[in-house]
Parts: sequence; structure tokens; C-alpha cells
Amino acid sequence: MSWSSLIPATSFMPIQATEIAKEVDLLYAFLIIASLVSFVILIGGMTWFLIKFKRTSLDQKSAYITHNNFAEFLWSFIPLIIMMGIFYWGMVIFEKLRTPPEDIAAEIHVTAEQWAWTYRYANGKEFYSSANDPLIVPAGKATKLILTSKDVIHSFYVPAFRTKQDAVPGKLTQLWFEPKQAGEYIVFCTEYCGTKHSGMMIKIKAIPSEEYAAWYHAEKKGADSPADLGKTLFAQKACASCHSIDGSRIVGPTMKGLFGSGRKFADGSQAKADENYLRESILVSSAKIVEGYPPAMPVFQGSLSDEEVANLIEYIKSIK
Amino acid sequence: MSSAHTKTEHGHTDHNYLNHGSGIWSWMTTLDHKRIGLMYFATVATLFLIGGFFALGIRLHLAKFGAEPLLDPDTYNKFMTFHGAIMVFMVIIPGIPAFLGNFVLPIQLGAKDVAFPRLNLASYYVFIAGALIAASSMVFNQVDTGWTFYTPYSTSKTSNGVILLVLGAFTMGFSSILTGLNFIVTTHKLRAPGMTMDRIPLMIWALYSTSIIQILATPILAITLLLIGAEKTLGVGIFDPDLGGDPVLFQHFFWFYSHPAVYIMILPAMGVISELITAFSKKTIFGYRAIAYSSVAIAAVSFLVWGHHMFVSGQSTLAGILFSLITMFVGVPTAIKLFNWISTMYRGTVTFDAPMLFALGFMFLFTIGGLTGVFLASTGMDVHFHDTYFVVAHFHYVMVGGTLMALMGGIFYWFPKMFGKMTSDLGGRISWVLIFTGFNVTFFPQFVLGAMGMPRRYFDYLPEYTNLNQISTIGSWLIGLGFLVGLITIIHGILKGEKASDNPWGAKTLEWQTSSPPPHENFTTTPTVTAGPYDFR
Ligand code: HEM
Ligand SMILES: [Cu+2]
Repeated sequence: MSWSSLIPATSFMPIQATEIAKEVDLLYAFLIIASLVSFVILIGGMTWFLIKFKRTSLDQKSAYITHNNFAEFLWSFIPLIIMMGIFYWGMVIFEKLRTPPEDIAAEIHVTAEQWAWTYRYANGKEFYSSANDPLIVPAGKATKLILTSKDVIHSFYVPAFRTKQDAVPGKLTQLWFEPKQAGEYIVFCTEYCGTKHSGMMIKIKAIPSEEYAAWYHAEKKGADSPADLGKTLFAQKACASCHSIDGSRIVGPTMKGLFGSGRKFADGSQAKADENYLRESILVSSAKIVEGYPPAMPVFQGSLSDEEVANLIEYIKSIK
Repeated sequence: MSSAHTKTEHGHTDHNYLNHGSGIWSWMTTLDHKRIGLMYFATVATLFLIGGFFALGIRLHLAKFGAEPLLDPDTYNKFMTFHGAIMVFMVIIPGIPAFLGNFVLPIQLGAKDVAFPRLNLASYYVFIAGALIAASSMVFNQVDTGWTFYTPYSTSKTSNGVILLVLGAFTMGFSSILTGLNFIVTTHKLRAPGMTMDRIPLMIWALYSTSIIQILATPILAITLLLIGAEKTLGVGIFDPDLGGDPVLFQHFFWFYSHPAVYIMILPAMGVISELITAFSKKTIFGYRAIAYSSVAIAAVSFLVWGHHMFVSGQSTLAGILFSLITMFVGVPTAIKLFNWISTMYRGTVTFDAPMLFALGFMFLFTIGGLTGVFLASTGMDVHFHDTYFVVAHFHYVMVGGTLMALMGGIFYWFPKMFGKMTSDLGGRISWVLIFTGFNVTFFPQFVLGAMGMPRRYFDYLPEYTNLNQISTIGSWLIGLGFLVGLITIIHGILKGEKASDNPWGAKTLEWQTSSPPPHENFTTTPTVTAGPYDFR
């Protein structure tokens, strides 16, 4: 136990899942103490003067003091020294946060888009973010992420690791971490990126490194059936940000039990949701707007191949 | 304008700038800096109410009191954007300089008016035009970019309303530049006989340093904003990676203005605080030179630290480290000021009228804002805190706890001079207690939320953040109530206040040597200055 655990404010910090997190918290504890001391000197001093030199009668006289070179030198110089120390301490940590070690156990490309993350492993393993598909990394070993974005700037923030890096379109940035133990850690997007900015959350799952190796080299589970490919695409195209698969209502209609159901449209007409209907709704959703929903879905005509549309339809069919 | 009153009779206090010409037209065409100051007051106060409405909306939503969310995500993002843009560009930046500065600066210098009265009136209308253009974006194609307009979100992923908002900010920038120019020339050319540069009040030093920043930095913002417009309408490809541009370049441009702009917001506040602390301690300011020069030093260094907003943007590690180092240097002049103000109280005779309470509130809140700034300036620490609620708390402590407290203090302090009447001291005190308490209840929990990892600009959050968010929301109602009481106190003062004497606080600067309210030309006879501004012997 270090002295920093005596500072209650550090208990608000997320768990310390990396060595660096501990170091950051130590600096944090120091800053809290230094701030408290400064605050007490400044505001305590002020309060004391206020009480002591409160005016009690109308004709009371104030002292005539214009300056004091020695005092002024001291209170410029001492803060300067302290702040240089804080600068240096912060810099040492910053360099560690920014410099990945030589032996990287996993190197993963992470691509952000509104409002999802894609991970691509060196051997071609590919995942799309969802609550059930966390980013898998080895515990106790260093992982390096190579970040970019397809559209706007996003930021990859892991509170438990005390680290964060923007994902910038047209650029590659990087981030590394070494989770001490197996576990699940939350990842936030911290650069404002539009409507579902706050929903753009994923998890990092650190697993024991032997397990990781096995997982990494294993065949991709389940052959790539059309429905599986469609599922992937569904996440990749961020369909899930507007369509739930569990029946709950978000921006657009849920996919659950959609296939084969009867649909009512804003213009009063009706239809049964068959393959053709799904195809049209995916490519040009404005053709038929389901009653009670905004015409908010983008046009995918031109950006999805026929095969992809087919895969998506197969996937939607599978969501019963 | 001209009326039967223009031949000023000596010493007749019933003749003043308020009744010098009457009717709405005489106000709208006035060249009198005092009236223009008051027009800014009315405008900024109105904008503040609108910005406050959005703030309360944001907070109410985040409290999650009901089962249903109050706002949908897009509406929330628009509220967040309107709130930030209004408060920054239309309240805090113009608040003290354009309103209090305009009113006070020429009188404190012993001048009849600013150097270019027509330009001053023009600046006001330019401001109004800018505010209207910006406000039209609340009606047409509402904006959801946040007040920072980061590209490529602003240029390729959101509505064209951005163009209006950006054009409005651009226009208001001109007003800011022209006012700054006017203040600089006035300070250099129109000082009363005997008022050397080391006898000008600290409020003027603060406004002067601010003006320098306004003139040098605002054009950068103007160009950047124009580039956004050009990018969006013509697709020129400066910031958009799809066209070969660089989105991070925008951040450099933006913060190159907006960091100094933070000092446009706080330096004038520091000027006000210097005035209040001496006046209510009835004691010469401690370290006049140190305070004056530290304002100029802050203004100068403020241009070199913009990159501390970009530690995780992908700029090089070395750049981050250099920006961190330079940022630490800003802390020193800031600390100097705090120490000087506190020393001014030492062996003074302190009274606790409402303006002084606001000054003390400023000291308390600004100290917290400043200290947490050191956390953020330290690179290794900032990586965790960047874009979290810790930052939200920090800048509210500085901008609201600092600037807005000073603005309130300044209003209550100069009120007797402005209107020739006193405000109810009790009203001022109640308003203070509510704002001060509410402020801490609102924003202190946000430091904790930030430490826990809650990112800013979030429509929704993890369940473990709920309690602190609810506390924060309750605090926001107290603040709202406090400002309401303040507003009522001010209106009551204007309508029913007791008559004020020329120098109700027993202060020493020149504005207290003329009548309350001052005559049209500020002084009936030009004052001659023989000593420093705070000569409480
Ligand atoms: C009743 C008082 C206020 C409350 C309750 C309040 C609340 C908030 C909240 C909740 C946010 C959103 C933070 C986020 O989601 O990132 C915010 C942002 C902001 N506020 Fe305030 N605020 C208040 C007063 C002010 C004032 C007077 C100013 C003027 C300086 C101000 C300036 C800002 C700025 C610049 C932002 C950042 C906007 C952005 O990130 O785009 N606030 N405020
Ligand atoms: Cu994002």
C-alpha cells in the first residue's frame, strides 16, 4: 500500500488495470495534496485576513503598504519550482503512455466510424463492436492499437488504463497498453462524433495469454455463412445504431421478428415483409416509411453490393 | 441627440447622461460610451438568459429523473451546442469588456468618451448583427457540432446551419476587434492630465491587455471560420481528409484563437476584482506593478499554449511536452495575482457589501479553477482527464466561477454610478449565497465524475454516474434561482433604488469623482491626476 491510498479522492479513479494507471494515480494523489495545501494557504489566508481586518468603525484606517519585493519574489519563485516539478513528472508518465515497448504481443487495427469500432487482427481476424463482441487482447502482455476513422474524429478512451487517443480520419494514430490481469474494461468514445456519441461504447476483454494464443490461431468459428456475413455487415454499417435486434424501439423499427410480419406505412398502405421488401428498404428506405418512424435511414444504393444485401437479408431472417 | 440640455450647467446633478436626450431613438443613435455600455448590458443579459435556458435543459435531461429521457440525442446535442456557443461568444467574451469596459474605461481615464465614438456604436450594431445571424441557426438547420466546430464533423457530417453560426461568430469577431482597437487608442491618447501609464487603474491594464489579444487573435478565428464556410460550400479540402485536407489543422487554428480567448474572458474579470478588492479593503492595491505586468505577461504567453487542448489529438509527443511546459508558465502570473489580492486585504479595513462578496466568491472559485488547470496542464494526467467532465468542471470554475462572479460583482459595484441609485444590499447578498452555493453543488461533483471517467458531451451515461449527475442538476436550479434574484435586485434598483451618492463605496478611482450618474461628458471639468489610482492613505 502506498501513501497515495491515503488520499480519499483517488478512490474515485477507476480500477488500476495497468502499471501506468498506478503511476498516474500517484501523480494525481500528489496533485490533490499540493492543491489542498495551496488552497488552504490562499483561501485560508484570505479568510483569516477577512476576519482579522474586518472594518469595525467608520473612521478606521488601513495600513499603507504598496509592495514587498522579497515576498513577491518568493511567491513567484516557489510556484514556478513546484510547477516545473509537476511538468516533469507528467512528462515522464506521458512518454511511457506514448511509447510502446519493443515486444508487442498483439497489434490490432482499430477503425472508428459513426458509431462503431472495427478491429482487424494481423492474421485477418476481424470483428465489429457490439456488447457481445469485445476487443480481445492478451492479459499481462502489451497490445498496440493502430487507430483511424472512416468519417469524423473519434477518441479511444480506456479509463481503467488511464489512456486515450484520438482516431482521426485520413491518419493513423497509435495507443498501447498492458492489462495486468484478465478482465473486462470499458472503452468510451471521447471525441464528440454526433448523435450516438455517448452510445459508442465497447469493452476490452483481456484473457490469459495462452488462451489468447489459442483463440487467435483458432479457425474462425462457424464457417462464413451468409447470415454470419450479414451479421458482420449489420454491425459494420452501424445498422444497430438505429435498429435493435431484441425488440426494443430505437430510431428505426426492430429487426426482431421482422421477416414475414405485416407492415403498415406512413401513406396508409400495407405490405408483408418479404425478401423484396427488405431489399428495397435497405437500398432506398424512403420508398416505404413504416408508420410512426422518421425517414431517417441513409440510402445504401451504390454502397452495398447485391451479395451484401443478400447476406443482410439472410441475417435479418435469422433474427426471430 | 442634441437637446436643450447640451450647455452643461455646473454641478447640477439632475443633469446626466441618462436624461440627456430621451426616447428610444436617442439611445439607438447615441455616441455616448456609457449608453452603449448599457445597451450591451441589456443585450448580453438577454443572451445569458437564453444560454441559461439551454443549460438548465441539459442538466434536467442528465438528471434522468423521469423514466423517459427528456431530450432525444439530436436535441440534446443541439442544446449543448447552443448553450456553449451563446455563453462563450455572446456572453463571456463581450460581457466585461463591451459592457463594463465601455462604461468605465473612459471615466477612469478622465476622458469624455472613447477615441472613436462612432466606431463604438458601429461595433455594437455589428455585434447585434452577428448575434442575430448566429441565432438564426437556432431556427434554420440547427447546429449540433458543439461550440468548437471540430472538422470533419462540422464540414461533412452535419447540417448547413453551421455556416450561419460560424458567420455569426465571424461577424461578432469584428465587433470584438473594433472595441479592442478603440480601447487601446483611448488608453494611449485620452488620459487626463497627470495620468501616466503607471497611474491608470488596474481595470484599464486588464482591458488593455485584453484588447491586444482581441486584435491579434480574433482575425485568426475569423479566417478559420471562413475556411469552414468555404470547406462546406465549395469543398476546398483544407480540413477534409477525403479531399486531402487535415482535420487536426483545424484544431490548431481554432485553439490558436480560442486559447487566448480564454484570457479575453478572464483578464477583464481580474481587472474588476482588482478594483473591488482595493475599494472594499480601503487599502492601496498590493503590488500594482506586478498585477499590471502580469496581465500583459499572461496575454503574451497565452499565444503559445494552444496545443494543450490537443495532447491526445495525434500531435507529436514532443509538441505535447513543449505545450505543457509553456502552459505551466501561465500559472505563475496567475498565482502572483492571487497572492497580491490577498495581501491587499492584509491590514486593510474590510467590508462585506454585495460586490465584495462576489469578489471573494471569485477568489474561492477561481483558485479551484486555476489549481485544477495545473492537473490538466500536466500531460500524463491530462490524458486521463481530457474530454471528460473534469474539464467541464474546470472551465466552469474558471469561466462562470471566475468571469461571471466578477461580472456580477462589477455590476453591483458600478450600479450606483450607472443609474444613480443603490441596489438592495440584501438582494445582492441573497443572490450571491444562491449562486455561490449552487455553483459548487453543480460543478464540484463534475470533477469527481471526470475522475471516474465520464466523458463530456454525453447524452447518456453509465448507471454509476447517476447520483452525482443528479446532485449537479439540483445545484443548477440554485444557480438559476440566484441569477433570478440578482436580476430582480437589479431591476428593483433601477426602478425603486435609493438615491446614490457620488462615491458610495469611498473608492479612489476617477469614476467616483464625478456625479452619479455622470453628466453626458463624464466630468464637468477635466480632472487632473496627481497620484496613483488607489491612494488610501
Ligand atoms: C446554470 C449554469 C450552468 C450550467 C448548469 C451549465 C451546464 C453545462 C453542461 C451540462 C454542459 C455540457 C457539458 C458536456 O456535455 O460536455 C456545459 C457546457 C458548457 N458550458 Fe455550461 N453551464 C452553466 C453555465 C455556463 C456559463 C455561464 C458559461 C459561460 C462561460 C458556460 C460555458 C460552457 C461551455 C463553454 C461549455 C462547453 C460546451 C461544449 O463542450 O461544447 N456554462 N454547461
Ligand atoms: Cu465517436
